[in-house]
Amino acid sequence: MSEIGRHTADTMIRPLKTPAPKTVKNLFMGLLGLGAWYLIYRQLFSLSSYLTFGLLGLKPASHLGEAVQFFLYDTPKVMMLLTLVVFGVGIIRSFFTPEHTRKILAGKRESVGNILAALLGIVTPFCSCSAVPLFLGFVTAGVPLGVTFSFLIAAPMVNEIALVLLYGLLGWKVAALYLGTGLLLAIIAGWVIGRMGMERHMEDWVLEMRAVADETEKDKLTWPDRFRRGWQAVKDIVGKVWIYVVAGIAVGAGIHGYVPEGFMASIMGKGAWWSVPVAVLIGIPMYSNAAGIVPIIQALLEKGAALGTVLAFMMSVIALSLPETVILRKVLKPRLIATFIGVVGSGILFVGYLFNLII
Amino acid sequence: MEIKVMGPGCANCQKVEEIVKEAVAEIGIDAAVEKVTDFQEIAKAGVLSTPAVVIDGVVKCVGQVPSKSEILEWLK
Repeated sequence: MSEIGRHTADTMIRPLKTPAPKTVKNLFMGLLGLGAWYLIYRQLFSLSSYLTFGLLGLKPASHLGEAVQFFLYDTPKVMMLLTLVVFGVGIIRSFFTPEHTRKILAGKRESVGNILAALLGIVTPFCSCSAVPLFLGFVTAGVPLGVTFSFLIAAPMVNEIALVLLYGLLGWKVAALYLGTGLLLAIIAGWVIGRMGMERHMEDWVLEMRAVADETEKDKLTWPDRFRRGWQAVKDIVGKVWIYVVAGIAVGAGIHGYVPEGFMASIMGKGAWWSVPVAVLIGIPMYSNAAGIVPIIQALLEKGAALGTVLAFMMSVIALSLPETVILRKVLKPRLIATFIGVVGSGILFVGYLFNLII
Repeated sequence: MEIKVMGPGCANCQKVEEIVKEAVAEIGIDAAVEKVTDFQEIAKAGVLSTPAVVIDGVVKCVGQVPSKSEILEWLK
């Protein structure tokens, strides 16, 4: 009888709390900020035209004029998009932790695990220097090797910065293409590596490790905490990346203004079948963050480079990073690393050829 | 008090070490601050993403750079 009484007390309806004035004010400021962002964003093209041709007096369709307008239009555009998206993704990421992901993936069957791992790779916060601890943590918790690889491939490759920039500069179709193929690549490559049964090719000390219980304190995050995280992410990432963005846009502006139409078609166009493997090979030793590469890609595409080749180049630069491979050497034997590069590289090659063929 | 800052050496991890040392100096307690870069040790502590801060064996922060005020809280 007292049980019933207790339940009733617990489920008593509490009076609806009206949101605190501070929350309302913050929400209002946030919406105002978004509105202002949108209005400014829409005006960027006309602003750049005015600045280039009106204020600076450059001739439209001249090399310098085109280059300068490209630069003045794309720089604020990309920076604004970047800020908004990094903030948003920072908030999304506050909901996910690697520990949480590990629990979800532990003991999952291969195919389902590969898909989940790739998807989680996108939203779990991940810094390249954590590649090793994360790998160890996953593997010792019973996450299959192939599934771990799906995560490790998806995480750097399906980069929200890249996606947003692709969307802003090249449209949603290219962005969706990148997202889709990136995920598929992560899933299939991880699955293939899993099938090859190369568990023995991890360093011996890794094989001897037992799983360690998850000891991190559970973070109880409030919404203000999450917004703070988002803002911190903006300060960190945009602060680190903006130089590359501006440099990338400057190079893109140069290509846009000075390289003749169709010039790229001979080197990176559909006809040059060797352009895809070359693009992939060039991309491997290069490591750039996505932000700098996308404006260059936009300019290249404009000049006739084939979409497949360009996508392959971009994926190769971002996904196959020499620094990360070097770090992974601590836990993986050379054969496994070679397999990793081989499988992912082949996948990228395939994607490149496929898109050159169908688009 | 034993404080371990875990990280293989990227810029973030070094930043954390600096902030922790500053906080310790500010509060003036007797704490040993150790930088751990060995992956085996990091993994044994159950840490999945660096940088991480472990105080007297308890993992306080994982995967991001904590603010000095947060660290001061833990040190109390």
